[in-house]
Amino acid sequence: MEMIEAKKLVYEYEKRDEDGNVTGLNRAVDGIDLRISEGSFVAILGHNGSGKSTLAKHLNAILVPTGGTVWVDGKDTKDPKELWNVRQSAGMVFQNPDNQIIGTVVEEDVGFGPENLGVPSEEIWQRVEDSLKAVGMIKYRSHSPNKLSGGQKQRVAIAGVIAMEPKCIVLDEPTAMLDPNGRKEVIRTVERLRKEKNVTVILITHYMEEVIDADEVFVMDGGHIVMHGTPREVFSQVDRLKEIRMDVPQVTMLAEMLRKRGIALPKGILRKEELVEALCRLN
Amino acid sequence: MIRDITIGQYYPAKSVIHRLDPRAKIVCTLLFLVSLFVQNSLLGYVIATAFLGTVIHLSKVPLKFIVKGLKPILILLLFTVVMNLFLNKGGETLVSFWIFQITENGLRVSVFMAIRLMYLVAGSSIMTFTTTPNALTDGIEKLLYPLNKIKVPVHEVAMMMSIALRFIPILLEETDKIMKAQIARGADLESGNILQRAKAMVPILVPLFVSAFRRANDLAMAMEARCYRGGEGRTKMKPLVYHGRDRVAYVIVLVYLAAVFCVGRFVPFSIWIF
Repeated sequence: MEMIEAKKLVYEYEKRDEDGNVTGLNRAVDGIDLRISEGSFVAILGHNGSGKSTLAKHLNAILVPTGGTVWVDGKDTKDPKELWNVRQSAGMVFQNPDNQIIGTVVEEDVGFGPENLGVPSEEIWQRVEDSLKAVGMIKYRSHSPNKLSGGQKQRVAIAGVIAMEPKCIVLDEPTAMLDPNGRKEVIRTVERLRKEKNVTVILITHYMEEVIDADEVFVMDGGHIVMHGTPREVFSQVDRLKEIRMDVPQVTMLAEMLRKRGIALPKGILRKEELVEALCRLN
Repeated sequence: MIRDITIGQYYPAKSVIHRLDPRAKIVCTLLFLVSLFVQNSLLGYVIATAFLGTVIHLSKVPLKFIVKGLKPILILLLFTVVMNLFLNKGGETLVSFWIFQITENGLRVSVFMAIRLMYLVAGSSIMTFTTTPNALTDGIEKLLYPLNKIKVPVHEVAMMMSIALRFIPILLEETDKIMKAQIARGADLESGNILQRAKAMVPILVPLFVSAFRRANDLAMAMEARCYRGGEGRTKMKPLVYHGRDRVAYVIVLVYLAAVFCVGRFVPFSIWIF
């Protein structure tokens, strides 16, 4: 079954000059068709301004399409009656860890979502405990979020989303403001959740290394989806990716350069180990 | 300097007072403040002192902390005492020089006024020392809930208060960062008179405000994404429930208030001021 489906999705906003006069229309997302099946791990890639964040905000009904339709778990995001159901089905984690934590204590922040849904108090406690355990932050339940590292804050934010028991989690560049350690921490947490809780994960990012485990990758440029396939299929087209100013993982790049020099390596190598193995098998 | 102010700070400890329901603490504090003003007898102040002392002892907050909390009102205290000392006439004249006169009445009023002010601050700081800001906000929200009927947005105000509390440290950190960035570009924040220094604050305040608005925008989006839609239909993770000890606290404070009131009214050997 499709968790998320988009048909001919268009989003336009008005460009304004300094006095606030409308100078034109900008199409951030232009005619996107998308199908994401339940339980899958999908990555959306694109450089800044490619429309990937705009697309993400449609999956949670924060933005409503100008044209076309988005269905989340079978519910039309344009329907005001379904608004809160859509937001419960698709939880969202944002880029800035500081600006999405509402509570002054970790456990209170995780409880914020369930409180809004009107979940009874005892169940909120249960959910908070479960979600904090799931992201490995149970030790910090009574800490102030201000004292946590960026990666820990993002894990709390993820716990806050899981506590609402969504079917799907949209992560909008969750690692963009983190250091490499925090980045690893967050990605590992997301992967573990996917396996343990069987939620659909949609990861929006511009770090290639984070998407090699994805089931499917969409690459966006100028509001369009320009490439689509498994990570291997997408990353084997190094030149095409370069054209739209996207990098490929370092290992893939190295393999590609070696291949161009006439070394018989297969296309689309994603991991260090794969490259080592391929090189060892050469003669 | 900001760090010296202890009013509004939380002192973590495990005590009966800490465990009391925030609503009980707010109401009891208000009643205590009332008790300071409904009477003017020496005996009344003795009772008030005994009561405050017991509460401080029970709360396990060191007395040093509470005394430190009185520092910011020192100037106000001195001013009130001096004014009352010289401007209140009546009774025997104790000291007199040039145009100043200290009368019996003036002395009494100024001493009692000083005690009142100190107890006022000590009493309210006991409340904030023993209640987390969040519990305090919850308590205020619950207590003011009836105002919802006359369209006062109680829940929204309480939510704003708790968000403000959450963002104070973040914005302080940001102010620090911006100040350093401006100093690195040659901004002079330290020298000059007050006017010049106030002017030097502009390049700090403008980016601070811009970023505060950006944060507010992000936060609003994150709250909506987590299904926040105002107070209606919302449940609480930590709902406020009265326990036996809260009822006991109410009874004790009411008895205390009645005692102080009666002493002030009916005990004849008290020293009257007004």
